[in-house]
Amino acid sequence: MSELVTQFSYLVAATLFIFSLRWLNRPKTARQGVFAGVAGMAAAVFGTLLHPEIVNFTWIAIAVVAGTLVGVPLSRVPLTAVPQRTAISHAFGGLAAGLVGTAKYAIWLQDGELTAFRTGAIVVEVILGFLTFTGSLMAAGKLQEVIPTRPITYRGQNAVNLSLLAVAVVAGVWLVVDPTQSQLFPVIVGLSLAFGVLLIIPIGGADMPTVISLLNSYAGLSAVAMGFVLENQLLIVAGALDGSSGLILSIIMCRAMNRSFTNVLFGAFGQVQTKAVAAEAKPVKSATAQDAADYLINAQRVVFVPGYGMAVAQAQHRVREIYDELSKRGVDVRFAIHPVAGRMPGHMNVLLAEAEIPYESLVEMDEINPELPQTDVCVVVGANDVVNPAARTDKSSPIYGMPIIDADKARVVLANKRSMNPGFAGIDNALYTADNTLMVFGDAKAVLGDIAAALRAEGEGKAAA
Amino acid sequence: MSALDLFSMLFGLMLATFVGFYVIQNVSRLLHTPLMSLTNAISAIAIVGSVIIAGEQKSTFSTVLGAVAVFASVTNIVSGFLITDRMLKMFKEKGRS
Repeated sequence: MSELVTQFSYLVAATLFIFSLRWLNRPKTARQGVFAGVAGMAAAVFGTLLHPEIVNFTWIAIAVVAGTLVGVPLSRVPLTAVPQRTAISHAFGGLAAGLVGTAKYAIWLQDGELTAFRTGAIVVEVILGFLTFTGSLMAAGKLQEVIPTRPITYRGQNAVNLSLLAVAVVAGVWLVVDPTQSQLFPVIVGLSLAFGVLLIIPIGGADMPTVISLLNSYAGLSAVAMGFVLENQLLIVAGALDGSSGLILSIIMCRAMNRSFTNVLFGAFGQVQTKAVAAEAKPVKSATAQDAADYLINAQRVVFVPGYGMAVAQAQHRVREIYDELSKRGVDVRFAIHPVAGRMPGHMNVLLAEAEIPYESLVEMDEINPELPQTDVCVVVGANDVVNPAARTDKSSPIYGMPIIDADKARVVLANKRSMNPGFAGIDNALYTADNTLMVFGDAKAVLGDIAAALRAEGEGKAAA
Repeated sequence: MSALDLFSMLFGLMLATFVGFYVIQNVSRLLHTPLMSLTNAISAIAIVGSVIIAGEQKSTFSTVLGAVAVFASVTNIVSGFLITDRMLKMFKEKGRS
């Protein structure tokens, strides 16, 4: 009887999970989606606790309390740190899968219940789980910048990595053929852990959005494998939803950077360009915050191109002030969002939403590009590679072919930067030396604050006159 | 496990993958960050397996591994749902801020 209740609650949970993602399709129903997700999880946990095999709840209770104590602060991190939190959560997902697989192997080995199928499913679960665990920790470290974000490469790296994985797979196959060869198990675990680390160290910071999405997919797949081990449809369904979500996001990220998966994983993108660039040093035109404010006041259409640098400088609230001042004057202000702006898919939207910029003003790259030639002023804040015209014109550029926001086509470009140093990916940008570009140097928060102040002063001056 | 069981699981996997692809392709790009934290929380459904292993107490080894897995899953569930809701609350329409 309790088995029926359990299975029914799993069915309810799977249905709610699908609704949860369905409702996330637009901002209006999205929060409903979270409630559906929570309800589904509650149903699943309720059904599981009815299992007659559970004889002791002490350890479960301790783990639940500890998990809650860690989980709550993790949900309160600043929005700039959301990519790291996400990576850590992929790591935990992978860890759970790896540990459950290991425990199941030990239990079934003891009871003599290991079949070839069970062993095979466990091997897949453990390899995916542990490589996701260490890989995601490395990604989190790079995002937090406790590990160098530059790619770490050495000769024969790909061959070393792939042979590690190959040895793990061969050991896995051997274990399936003879499940009692238990000395192979720690070898598989160790190799998977090592492979996760080695897979991520050659990947540069600029590729993190893709890597996070890919690790998301792996975490989902490891849950699917766990479903096959435990013969549990709910795990398979939930894992497949997570896996397909990660895969779709990775594909979007790859397209947005004009790269393939193999290129992201084995290409070591983002190395510093070694060719001499000093030869073509063109003069740079610079402007003050007051000049910038004058251009903005006289514009009818303004497009902001925000990048992660804006968030690092905590300048999004200043952007909001400028947005308010210009909107008051009837200027049409919109935000051009490149798919890889920020450090994970959709990151920039969340950062701007936090600054209370209405989501209707956040426009995707493909929609805004045709309108840029009719734009009076384009303001580039903390973005670099996503507005680099070299992606359209310079075949020798590492970002050649990447779709970009056509900021250079606006009548006037105001670009804010601290100095002329190359950006995150270490590539020079011809936009800054273009004829229609004015550089506004300085810290983004200070510069944008000055522009906002100039706009306010102008407004008050008008009101007084 | 019979071959039939294996196939019913493969059916579940195949159908869920398709549903996942269709549902997620419709998610607005605005919400891709909350999408990832929500799917994170949902894939912490691994708690279903972890709880049984931590509770059935077959050996100290498996109990400890199970408890750590429960810890990891609960962390993902709690932080995943909370942060998704926190981010979604920030998305406001024009004129309603």
